[in-house]
Amino acid sequence: MMQTPPRVLVTKIGLDGHDRGSRLVAAALRDAGMEVIYTPPWQDVEDVVRLAQDEDVDVVGISSLATDHLLVPGLMVALKRAHLDHVGVVVGGIVPHDEEALLIEAGVSRVFHPGSPMEEIAREVSQLAANARQQAPELLD
Amino acid sequence: MAKSNTPRKLEPDGQQDPDRERWQRDYQAQLPAETPVVNRSGIRINPLYDETNWSGTRYTQQLGYPGQIPMTRGIYPSMHRGQTWSQRQLIGFGVPSDYNARLHKLLESGVSAVSLIPCNSVYRGFDADQVPRELLGTCGVVLNTVDDMDACFSGVDIAQLSTAQNDPSPFTLLALLLAVAKRRGIPWTRITGTSNQSDYISHYVANHMFFRLALPGARRMLVDHIAFTLEQVPGWNPLSIVGQHMQQAGATPAEAMAFTLCTAIQYAQDCIDRGLDPELFFPRFTFFFDISISLFEEIAKFRAGRRIWASIVRDTFGVKNPKAWRFKFHAQTSGVDLTRQQPLNNISRVTAQAIAGILGGLQSLHTDAYDEVLCVPTEDAARIAINTQNILREEAHLTDVIDPLGGSYYVEALTDQMEDKIREVMDTVESAGGMYKAVQEGIVQTRIGESALGFQRSLDTGEQTLVGVNAYESEGVEPPVAVLERPNKESVTQYLEGLDTYKQSRDTPAVARTLDELATAANSERQNVYAAVVTAATAGATHGEIVARLREEFGTGDPLIVP
Repeated sequence: MMQTPPRVLVTKIGLDGHDRGSRLVAAALRDAGMEVIYTPPWQDVEDVVRLAQDEDVDVVGISSLATDHLLVPGLMVALKRAHLDHVGVVVGGIVPHDEEALLIEAGVSRVFHPGSPMEEIAREVSQLAANARQQAPELLD
Repeated sequence: MAKSNTPRKLEPDGQQDPDRERWQRDYQAQLPAETPVVNRSGIRINPLYDETNWSGTRYTQQLGYPGQIPMTRGIYPSMHRGQTWSQRQLIGFGVPSDYNARLHKLLESGVSAVSLIPCNSVYRGFDADQVPRELLGTCGVVLNTVDDMDACFSGVDIAQLSTAQNDPSPFTLLALLLAVAKRRGIPWTRITGTSNQSDYISHYVANHMFFRLALPGARRMLVDHIAFTLEQVPGWNPLSIVGQHMQQAGATPAEAMAFTLCTAIQYAQDCIDRGLDPELFFPRFTFFFDISISLFEEIAKFRAGRRIWASIVRDTFGVKNPKAWRFKFHAQTSGVDLTRQQPLNNISRVTAQAIAGILGGLQSLHTDAYDEVLCVPTEDAARIAINTQNILREEAHLTDVIDPLGGSYYVEALTDQMEDKIREVMDTVESAGGMYKAVQEGIVQTRIGESALGFQRSLDTGEQTLVGVNAYESEGVEPPVAVLERPNKESVTQYLEGLDTYKQSRDTPAVARTLDELATAANSERQNVYAAVVTAATAGATHGEIVARLREEFGTGDPLIVP
């Protein structure tokens, strides 16, 4: 079991602003006992990397209702470059079938579609967080 | 006792009709422990409605005739029997030449009203060279300059075409269109259409993507835009007040109607404070709503909204022009009700939603494509969406009779109850000091968030059925793989090169001067700042340059997001 609650960044990158989904997921993860860092939409890839680092998160959740998931492969590269490979990344929203495959290939752990039960999302995110902590490099003083 | 054909009333001494009492007993015997039925707006729904709930003697007061106060039955004397509704589907994709090709196709099919949906980069107030290029043209057309607007409408007589543009404050797209008109020698008095997405309050509250300028600047800009168009572009509808965003964000149907009406009241008051004539600006107000699948609730929402609006404009604002009492609205079937699971089921959902909107008396309708939860709609799905409207109109004969549910005990009682509910929510806004104050303080946002959470809970617990999601799931039925259209990479590259050339070949000092004048106008209450936007666009300033300059003066729009 994890010592402290999972830390999850729930955010939106790119240009779209539809945030009903991200707000609902953030609330559900909080209800499930996680620590949620929530941002307004329109974050740059660099913003997300910096937040993930500063906030020491276990999982990054990207909500995409338009086509902003097209920026996620770039995010994966940027996370890797910042030595944050252990951080789990999930995407939720409207992602067409063939582009889901591209995201998974880029290293996204899971794509949640509309209708995914909140319980399922919370369970999987929590599991991912546990994995992330196991893989996280030991912090040096 | 002889049975008579006249409707039975409650006995004068309060005694119940014996047949009714018997029915109540029989009903309870059959359903002794029934769970209460409550609609999305929180109104408890009875199993049966009769004259104890609504009486025909209230006909004149509550219904009247179409086109007459209290407007419950519709805003025009002949309603859909005379003129059905505009079928205005959304178009916008890729670069201006893509838009133009699609437009010509639509015009060949006999369409007379079109829309223009710009790329999300435009919504955020940027030119194409300021955003990640992967996103350009994926959700709407990239459109930054007067040349782009000219290319969008190449070979099209813009004096003959009504366009609905998704054009949030500071309304750069209309400015670019007026610049094109000037270039083509068309007087602005012949330009018709609507500034959709012109309701900055709805953006601040619920559709954050469209919110570009800080609240006070957005407020000033809207009133100046209305003043400018009333004077210079009289065929233009400068304002569409949007309940759709709020309902999509989670507001109940009653809340969405209430917040929309409060927003309209706020804008009207702002126009009056600016010295505009209510007899002139009210007839130019239009509305845009969501239609959920809660069929009777939606019908009652529209009927109640129409009645409340007429009474506000006529009685509260004292406007004499009967055109101003008309609650003209466009409606879109709700995407929130659609599911990714078994996506063809969405065709049935959209049909039910469209029926609700039509019976509610709409003036314009967009039906969602069934694959909208999977991707940007494919052409096949878009055709089905349009044909759903054609089938309802011409095969199902929904338009034969005006307000066909008028006089139904249930619909009338529900319309009255929705009206009460809407007015109750409106009172909370008014007691907070009006819509502007209420959204500044987050009151509206918090309430919408709570309602969204409540609805999600009802889905999670299964209290609200969602076929294919929390009921009637069928294993193994995979959504069809959508044929995806992404903009051609080469044309995006060409576009960016073209933008660069455009910026270098302009009369740079003239552009700089008009942008400075724009800044001056923004800081002077005595100038119309929208007139300065149009001047800058005509001189060659780009969309992104105009927005950036106004952001310097007014502040960047930072929506209040209540987590």
